Amino acid sequence: MDYEGWSSFAQTGGTTYFVAIFLVVLVYALWPRNGARFRRAAELPMKEKEHGDDRPLA
Amino acid sequence: MAAESLRTARLDPSSAAVGIVLLVVLVLGFAGAANATDVGFAAHSWMFLIAAAAGLAALLGWHEAGDKTPTFDKAFYEEGVVKAGIVATMFWGVAGFLVGLIIALQLTWPNIFYFPELPWTNFGRLRPLHTSAVIFAFGGNALIATSFYVVQRTCRTRLAGGMWAWFVFWGYQLFIAVAATGYLMGVTQGKEYAEPEWYADLWLTVVWVAYLAVFLATILRRKEPHIYVANWFYLAFIVTIAMLHIVNNISLPASLAGGKSYSVFSGVQSALIQWWYGHNAVGFFLTAGFLAMMYYFIPKRVERPVWSYRLSIVHFWSLIFIYIWAGPHHLHYTALPQWAQTLGMTFSIMLWMPSWGGMINGLMTLSGAWDKLRTDPVVRMLVVSVAFYGMATFEGPLMSVREVNALSHYTDWGIGHVHSGALGWVGFVTFGSMYCLTQWVWKRPKLYSNSLVEWHFWIATLGIVLYIASMWVSGIMEGLMWRAYNDFGFLEYSFVETVSAKHISYIIRALGGGLFLLGALIMIYNLVRTARGDVPVEDRNRAPAAPTLQHAE
Repeated sequence: MDYEGWSSFAQTGGTTYFVAIFLVVLVYALWPRNGARFRRAAELPMKEKEHGDDRPLA
Repeated sequence: MAAESLRTARLDPSSAAVGIVLLVVLVLGFAGAANATDVGFAAHSWMFLIAAAAGLAALLGWHEAGDKTPTFDKAFYEEGVVKAGIVATMFWGVAGFLVGLIIALQLTWPNIFYFPELPWTNFGRLRPLHTSAVIFAFGGNALIATSFYVVQRTCRTRLAGGMWAWFVFWGYQLFIAVAATGYLMGVTQGKEYAEPEWYADLWLTVVWVAYLAVFLATILRRKEPHIYVANWFYLAFIVTIAMLHIVNNISLPASLAGGKSYSVFSGVQSALIQWWYGHNAVGFFLTAGFLAMMYYFIPKRVERPVWSYRLSIVHFWSLIFIYIWAGPHHLHYTALPQWAQTLGMTFSIMLWMPSWGGMINGLMTLSGAWDKLRTDPVVRMLVVSVAFYGMATFEGPLMSVREVNALSHYTDWGIGHVHSGALGWVGFVTFGSMYCLTQWVWKRPKLYSNSLVEWHFWIATLGIVLYIASMWVSGIMEGLMWRAYNDFGFLEYSFVETVSAKHISYIIRALGGGLFLLGALIMIYNLVRTARGDVPVEDRNRAPAAPTLQHAE
């Protein structure tokens, strides 16, 4: 493939690839059934005490 | 007798492996010192040799002490290495800020601070010492310390790898020491932010792979189903820095016993690789890693979960996918093809979205707890850092636009931009995290003095404002002076006229840097008193019940 061919492949293919990836991320992040998991994950730092606690929670 | 030695020999596998690595370094250091073809290489061989010997001695001492030493008990978190990281962060921070102040003074009063008979004090050698000290030594230690803390707490498991975490810590300090002394001796491969020569690069690769392994292994044995978003940012930082570091430093040493190497890339390819590296050092070292701090320490400090976990996921993936393409904006109007420049510029502008999404996520985490801005200066520091993040990431894409870049490039505007990100964002989020961490790992109910945090906050904020405002003025001024033509079509100003016009701005900048350093010194005093467990200042007035007054009879 010549230079023009490679560059149009990179430009068109690259744009399509990035849009597709972004859509996948959006769908994953906004999927309603993931909501409970994300809420639980967001609470993770709050579960541990800041001080006086050297042991991982059981 | 044999049974006795076997019983006491209870070899810890990770310590044995670290010992073997140190043994190899010892032998290589010895060979390097014996065959060195130049002074810098000889000095660095001795440094490796001595460091390996000291490490082996420490390992043996630890082993001989037997039952009296910690044994990487999984029932407890590893906090020793976090404490060491806090000390290293503050030490290198002050060293880096101080060297920054010195070179600011050199630029302001070159006649006073120029010592031709002492080559190591030259601006050209001190400048990389400053940049590497603040980015890699101060920032890097903050990242390693907080990542080791956060990954344990959010995975609810002890750090994996036993002795390897300590290897990462001390190995990284050795890299810093070798790099820093190298700059002073004039050992450099001349690539910005990638100045250390080939042997230091190889050593950092070993340390960094160990860091990645410790971090990944800890995540793998987590007791939580989900990997918390801060760990995603830390992981992106570690993996990407490994990739950038290795590719940009591919070079051929002129001699295996000398400190000079030649990059395999040349010309515009070399420039592109360098700025792919350079800009992603900003994107993944100074942004992704510190965003991980934002996502842990702000929620933790204000006791509110992150505003939108969904937004944090979109923030993460779009940031890492877009950042990696932004590098070419450093090469506008160069031999780099125009389409590649435009590509870099376009992706830089696209970065506005994830950057501001992340900023909004950090700020809105305070919703319902805004009063903490007034009552807790540590929270204020963290929040102001996020505000500076938003400001710097607004300014950056603007400056990446080719027409704006024509004015801003090579001027002090760039220096000002970098410092609004470095002092405001990276500095303040690190300070806030270190205030939290010191209190938490030394198990203190509160900091020694909140009012000292207030002093630190306001002094440092004033310093940053003076710094960036003076650099905006001098940068835009010199950019305009460089492009001014007179009626005959000649350049209006000679270069030296633009330099002398900046004198006032340089005085203000040095003052700003001095204030920032002063704030850090106040912080260290506060942290030391906190770690020692001294009675908090704010509690002193609440002394034991005062004697009751009695009426005179």
